[in-house]
Amino acid sequence: MPAKAGIPSLPRPRSPPRLPAHESPLMKAIVTVMLKNGVLDPQGKAIGQALNNLGYAQVGEVRAGKIIELELTETDPAAAKAAAEEMAKKLLANTVIESFKVEIAA
Amino acid sequence: MMKAAILLFPGINRERDMQLAVRQSFGHEPAIVWHKETGLPAGTDLVIIPGGFSFGDYLRCGAMAAQSPIMQAVKTHAARGGYVLGVCNGFQILTEAGILPGALLRNAGLRFLSMDTMLRVGRTDTVFTNKWAEGDVFRAPMAHGDGNFTADSATLDRLEGENLVAFRYADGNRNGSARDIAGIFAPNLRVLGLMPHPENLVDPLMGGTDGKPLFDALAAA
Repeated sequence: MPAKAGIPSLPRPRSPPRLPAHESPLMKAIVTVMLKNGVLDPQGKAIGQALNNLGYAQVGEVRAGKIIELELTETDPAAAKAAAEEMAKKLLANTVIESFKVEIAA
Repeated sequence: MMKAAILLFPGINRERDMQLAVRQSFGHEPAIVWHKETGLPAGTDLVIIPGGFSFGDYLRCGAMAAQSPIMQAVKTHAARGGYVLGVCNGFQILTEAGILPGALLRNAGLRFLSMDTMLRVGRTDTVFTNKWAEGDVFRAPMAHGDGNFTADSATLDRLEGENLVAFRYADGNRNGSARDIAGIFAPNLRVLGLMPHPENLVDPLMGGTDGKPLFDALAAA
């Protein structure tokens, strides 16, 4: 049996490349990812329970999601939105269980 | 004899357990393949994606790993009818990569579950399960925070209708999985994903050999 059969060492972390001044981020895309309606959200449930326990009796159902802010080197808001939507479909959201919404902030 | 390759992503921690299980049943050493590779070793019959916490479980369990370069090769391998086994994080990676349907959500009780569970075997005419008899119940350790299998009801109906549920929880559904599903097959029965860890019960020294039939079946294929 070959010793340590090809277990590679982890790559060294690299600092992200600095953007030159003229390519500095021009737009921000805000991607909101939420579990789809009907998908059980145990985290939201626990938050709701905790709020009720704190005495906020007016709190009904709670849903928890995440917000992902992307700095984009785009000048055209439509292109920025299209790019962010593609990223959301590919990676940021799992559309089997989650829905997402993209907003562009200049 | 099957040639196995175990994939390794940063944050995976069960690759040696898997290596040991394969070595014991297959009698030879499986390759370990780093996720940055773009191809599988020549002649790979079986790809195994082990458990752990790839990329720290950031964003969603398995989401980043599903985008690693090696996964393109795994998709091609699966599409060609190659064998794939994904356990725990490996199962999550297979669903995130779209190789298996559904998704694994946070456990319904929000707790990380680290305990043994009992699994009931579904069909046994597969390369993974032919050493069991249908309805057999065996012990399998589980260790996951996101094992709550979910899919839309049409997908769940299809999985049951086409008899693609590989294993169900037999002693209580602790993570909230739809229809007690612990593991599923792809339609060609050559891809299996499951949450519990058969590779952690393959030697009397581990406290039992309940998981060994899975690896013995693969070894005999």
